[in-house]
Amino acid sequence: MMVARSSDGKLVRRPVSPFMLGSAYKPQITSVLSITHRITGCALAVGTLLMTWWLVAAATSPAAYAHVAWFIASPIGILCLFGWTAAMFYHLLNGIRHLAWDFGYGFELPTVHASGRGVVIGTVVLTVVVWLLGVILL
Amino acid sequence: MSGSKLHVGVMRSQLGRVRGLGSAKKGSGEWWTQRLNSIALVPLTLWFVISILRLAGLPHAAMVHWAGQPVNSVLLLCLVLATFQHMALGLQVVIEDYIHDEKVKLASLLAMKGVTALLALASAMAVLKLAF
Repeated sequence: MMVARSSDGKLVRRPVSPFMLGSAYKPQITSVLSITHRITGCALAVGTLLMTWWLVAAATSPAAYAHVAWFIASPIGILCLFGWTAAMFYHLLNGIRHLAWDFGYGFELPTVHASGRGVVIGTVVLTVVVWLLGVILL
Repeated sequence: MSGSKLHVGVMRSQLGRVRGLGSAKKGSGEWWTQRLNSIALVPLTLWFVISILRLAGLPHAAMVHWAGQPVNSVLLLCLVLATFQHMALGLQVVIEDYIHDEKVKLASLLAMKGVTALLALASAMAVLKLAF
């Protein structure tokens, strides 16, 4: 809680983020998708560790590359990679939704809800397509 | 109004001005940078996913050959730079929003920027090494 002064000079406690995750607001598709954008962004930041490991290992030696390949093919690696694929498509699609807002498009509430549903459906479809392709190609 | 001196109000404290706090300092530039690398990351990320699909399960030599192609080197460098810049600006906003203790906030920001810079340089160095 942040302490501040109200306009009549009294000390007040102002709520600080993320207070809205509590009882202040009812979860809605808009707020849930918004916090999901942040959560997927943070998850993808962790995912850059694997990308860096993959690139550095490739530049180091075949043995180092074999270690990454072993991790990626392990059950935990596959689970992480699947999660990051979904997080990446979500963040990508919702990011495009955000860019449209930045250009001033899609602010009407029905449009906001429709684009939100589109992002969720698109994430599921693209994630499944990529993994099906991966299974077929392997 | 007789007796009252004319007073020009400065809305911000001198310390706040020195520290560069308040709106329209670095914030608008960072906001714009985040939009630019977002746009760049849309095609770059899709290219990266397709590339990974093609490289999946292939041995080290295939990856080295792929990363050695000039077009792939350049696109990988673009991806690395846009990704880590986007990540640093994104995590910065998250830290600023949720960490309210000034010391912890500053320490978190410094640690995040340091780790991000290390990862970015390591990735870029690896791409360059694969290219030459």
